[in-house]
Amino acid sequence: MPTAFPLPSDLSPATVTNTASLLRIVALALISGAAIASRLFAVINFESIIHEFDPWFNYRATRVLAAKGFYEFWNWFDPTAWYPLGRVVGGTVYPGLMATSGVIYNFLHALNLPVDIRNICVMLAPGFSALTAWATYMFTKEMKDESAGLLAAAFIGIVPGYISRSVAGSYDNEAIAIFLLMFTFYCWIKALKLGSALFGTLAAVFYFYMVAAWGGYVFITNMIPLHGLVLILMGRFTSRLYVAYSSWYVIGTLSSMQVPFVGFQPVSTSEHMAALGVFGLLQIVAFVQLVRSHVSSKQFQDLLFVVLVTAGLVGFAAFIGLTYKGAIAPWTGRFYSLWDTGYAKKHIPIIASVSEHQPTAWPSFFMDLQFLIFLFPAGVILCFHQLRDEHVFVIIYAVMASYFAGVMVRLMLTLTPVVCVASAVAFSTLLDTYVDAAEPDDAEAPADSATPSESGAAAKKTKKAAAATPSSSGSALSDLVAAAVPNKKKGIYGLDTRFAIIVNAIGMLAFFVFHCTWATSSAYSSPSVVLASQNPDGSQHIIDDFREAYYWLRQNTPETAVVMSWWDYGYQIAGMADRPTLVDNNTWNNTHIATVGKAMSSSEEVAYPILRKHDVDYVLVIFGGLLGYSGDDINKFLWMVRIAQGVWPEEIQEPNYFTPQGEYRVDEHASPAMKNSLMYKMSYYRFSELFGGGPSTDRVRNQQIPKVGPTLDYLDEAYTTDNWIVRIYQVRSEDLLGRDLKSANAFAQGKKRKRSKPMSRRRPIV
Amino acid sequence: MPPKPAPTAAAPSSAVQTLWKAYNEQTSDRLKFIDAFLVFLMFSGIVQFAYCVLVTTFPYNAFLSGFGSTVGQFVLSASLRSQVNPENKNEFKEVSPERAFADFALGSIVLHFFVFNFLG
Repeated sequence: MPTAFPLPSDLSPATVTNTASLLRIVALALISGAAIASRLFAVINFESIIHEFDPWFNYRATRVLAAKGFYEFWNWFDPTAWYPLGRVVGGTVYPGLMATSGVIYNFLHALNLPVDIRNICVMLAPGFSALTAWATYMFTKEMKDESAGLLAAAFIGIVPGYISRSVAGSYDNEAIAIFLLMFTFYCWIKALKLGSALFGTLAAVFYFYMVAAWGGYVFITNMIPLHGLVLILMGRFTSRLYVAYSSWYVIGTLSSMQVPFVGFQPVSTSEHMAALGVFGLLQIVAFVQLVRSHVSSKQFQDLLFVVLVTAGLVGFAAFIGLTYKGAIAPWTGRFYSLWDTGYAKKHIPIIASVSEHQPTAWPSFFMDLQFLIFLFPAGVILCFHQLRDEHVFVIIYAVMASYFAGVMVRLMLTLTPVVCVASAVAFSTLLDTYVDAAEPDDAEAPADSATPSESGAAAKKTKKAAAATPSSSGSALSDLVAAAVPNKKKGIYGLDTRFAIIVNAIGMLAFFVFHCTWATSSAYSSPSVVLASQNPDGSQHIIDDFREAYYWLRQNTPETAVVMSWWDYGYQIAGMADRPTLVDNNTWNNTHIATVGKAMSSSEEVAYPILRKHDVDYVLVIFGGLLGYSGDDINKFLWMVRIAQGVWPEEIQEPNYFTPQGEYRVDEHASPAMKNSLMYKMSYYRFSELFGGGPSTDRVRNQQIPKVGPTLDYLDEAYTTDNWIVRIYQVRSEDLLGRDLKSANAFAQGKKRKRSKPMSRRRPIV
Repeated sequence: MPPKPAPTAAAPSSAVQTLWKAYNEQTSDRLKFIDAFLVFLMFSGIVQFAYCVLVTTFPYNAFLSGFGSTVGQFVLSASLRSQVNPENKNEFKEVSPERAFADFALGSIVLHFFVFNFLG
C-alpha cells in the first residue's frame, strides 16, 4: 500500500504501545497543569480571596466545619441569618463541597501541613478542574479512542464555559459538581458497556456524592433514565442495561435520601419519577425476556406484549392519579421555568431576578465555547455513524443540554462537557483522516477496503460501510449512500492537501487557546468583591469599597447590630462583616425578601415601622452612580418593587416607579414614588454636594441628579466608602419626646430649614 | 423464577404449564437457587408494602430502607442471575461468574451500608 510519507517499519508493537501510553500520561499531566494554571489569573491579578456571593456562605460554613467538626456543622443553627427567623444550616445545604474541603483540610493537617482553610477553599475549584479533565478523558475514550479523549480533556481544561464557574476563589458547588457529573456518566457508560454491577455501584456512589454536592444532580437523575428508555424503545434492551440501571438506581436512590436537604424527594416528587418509572419498566421487560427465553409460542409472546403495554399504561395512570391526589409533589416552579421561559417572571420573580437565570444570548455561546460550538454538531453527527449504546447517550445529552443552555445562562455549564466531548470526537476524526499516511490504492475501489481511515471524503463512506457490517442497523442507509455515490476513486493524495488541512486545524486550536486565555483573564477572573480599573497610565487600580464597608461594620458596630440590605449581599455581610442579616442569597423565604423589598421601595414613613419591627440597626445600599458600577441597587430596584408587589399588590405597584412616559428615570423627572422611596433617598443622599454646585451626573444611568437632593428624617448616614459604592445608614431610634422623627427633625433644624428653602438655592442657576 | 400467571382471560392455562415445564427442564440448579431467593425477597417486599399501605408508613425512612433493601437485594440478585446465566454469555463477555459474584457482594455491602444508615 502506498504511503504519503515514509513510516518507520522496524518498531515493535510493544514499543509503540508503551510510548503511546507514556505520551498519554505526560499529556494528561500537562493538561491538568494547564487547567489549574489558567484558573490562577484571579489569584495573581488580585489575591487569594473568596469570590462573589454564594462562595462566601460556603466558605463560612467550611470554617465552621473545620473549626468545630462535622457533627457541629450538621447541627448548626445559624441565628444570624434571616433575622429573626434563623436558618437550620445543616438541613438546608448541599454539604458535599464543605465536606470535601474539610476532609482535605484534616488530611493536610494530619500530614503536619498547616494550610489555611481559606487557601484550600480558594484552590479547590482549580484542583477539581484537573480531575474533570481526567474524567472527561475517560468518558471520551469510551466514545472513540484515547486521542479523542486527550483532545476532550484539553478542551474542558481550558474552555471558558467551565472556567467561568471554577476559577480560583470561586468556591461554589459547581466547582466539584462537574467532575462528579462527568465521572458518574463515565461509570454509567462503563457499567452499560460491560454489564457490570461494580461500575453500576460506583456510578451510584458518585451519584450520591453529586447529590450531596449540587442541586443539579436532577440532571443525572433524568439523563440516565432517559438514556435507558431510549435504548428500550430502540429495541436495544440487553441484560447489561438491566444490570447497570438496576444497580445504579437502587443504590443511588437510597443513598441520595441520606442527604437531609433532599430527604424523601426521590420517592415523592415528579422530578424523580422518571427514574422510578424506567426502573419499573426495566423489571417488566426483563421478566418478559426471561419468560420468552423459555417459551417460544407466538401466542404467549403476543400476550406478554399486551401485558407489558398495559402495565406501562397503568403505571403512567397511577403516576398521574397520585400527582392529583397529592401523594407525589408536582413539578416545582424552578422546573416549569425551564419549559416556559416567561413562567418565572410571572410567578417567581426571585428566580427571574437572578441574572444567571436569564436566557442565554447568542454571542455568549461563542464567548464560552469558541470554535467548539461549530465542531459540536459535527461530533454529534459522527456519533450517529456508529451509534453504539454510548453514542446514543451523547446524542441525548447534547440535545437536552443544548436546550437547557438556551434557556438559562447558568446551564451553559452542563452543556460545556458534552460540547467538549463531541468536538473532540469530530476533531480527532479529522486528524485521524488527514494524518494517516495511507494513500488510496489505484487498483482498489475505495468502498471495498477494510481500513476505515482510508481517505478523505471517501473515508466517511467507507467508515459507514465498515460500521454497517457488524451492526445491521444502518445498512440500508449506507447502501443508499454507496449507490448514490459513483464509484470513483476518492482520497487524499500527496502531502500538500494533508498539510493544508492540518495547518488549518492546528491554527484553530491555537486561536482557541488564545481566546480561552483572553476570556479567562479579562472576563471570568474578577472576584467581584474587589473591582479593578485602570489608571490613565494603564496601571491597575484596585477598588476595594466592599471590604472597606464590611470591615467598617465589623469594627464599629456591636456584634448584634442587624444589617438590612438587598439579599444579594446577605452572604457577604455574614461572611465578611459577621453581622446578622435579614435576608441572604439562600432566598428560601419569599415573604421575608418581599418585606425588605417593601421597606426599600416605600417612603420613609412607611419603611420606618418595618425597620423597627425587624430590629434593623443599619441599612446598606450599593450605589454605583459615582463610579459607573452598573450592578448597583438602583438598577436592581425594579426587582425589589416586583417582589414586594407580589406580596403586597395594593401597596406597591410597579408602574408608579416609572415616569408617565414609561421611562425608568432618576433625574428630576423621576416619579414621586421613586423619589420618595427609601432606596432612592439612600442612594442619592448628599450626592449633589459632591459636585460642588456643578451638574451632578449619575454615571451608570447618565442622568442628572437634581441639585437639591433627597433628605432623610429616619436614617442617619453612618458610612460611605471611598468611591461611594457602599453606603451604610443607621436607623434612628424613636424620639425621646415621643414625636415622630420627621417633625422632630424639622424642629431641630428649625429656622435654618426655613432659610434654606429650596427656592433660595435654586435662584443662582436661573 | 416461577411466572406469575397472566391475569388475562385469554391466557390458556396450558401455556403457563408449558412455561413451568420448560423452566424446570432448562434451568440449572444454581439459577433455581437464586430464583428461590428472588421469590423470598419478592414476598418480603410485598408484605412490607402491604404493611405500609394498610397499617402505617410512620417511620417512613424505616419503611423506605426496609423496602429499599429488599428491592435492592432483589435487583442485585437478578443481575447476578443474568450474569451467571450461561445463555447470556455473549452479552457479558468481560464478566466471569466469579467477577459477577464479587460485584454482587460489593453492591450488596454498599446497599446495606446505606440501608443501615437510613434505618434511623
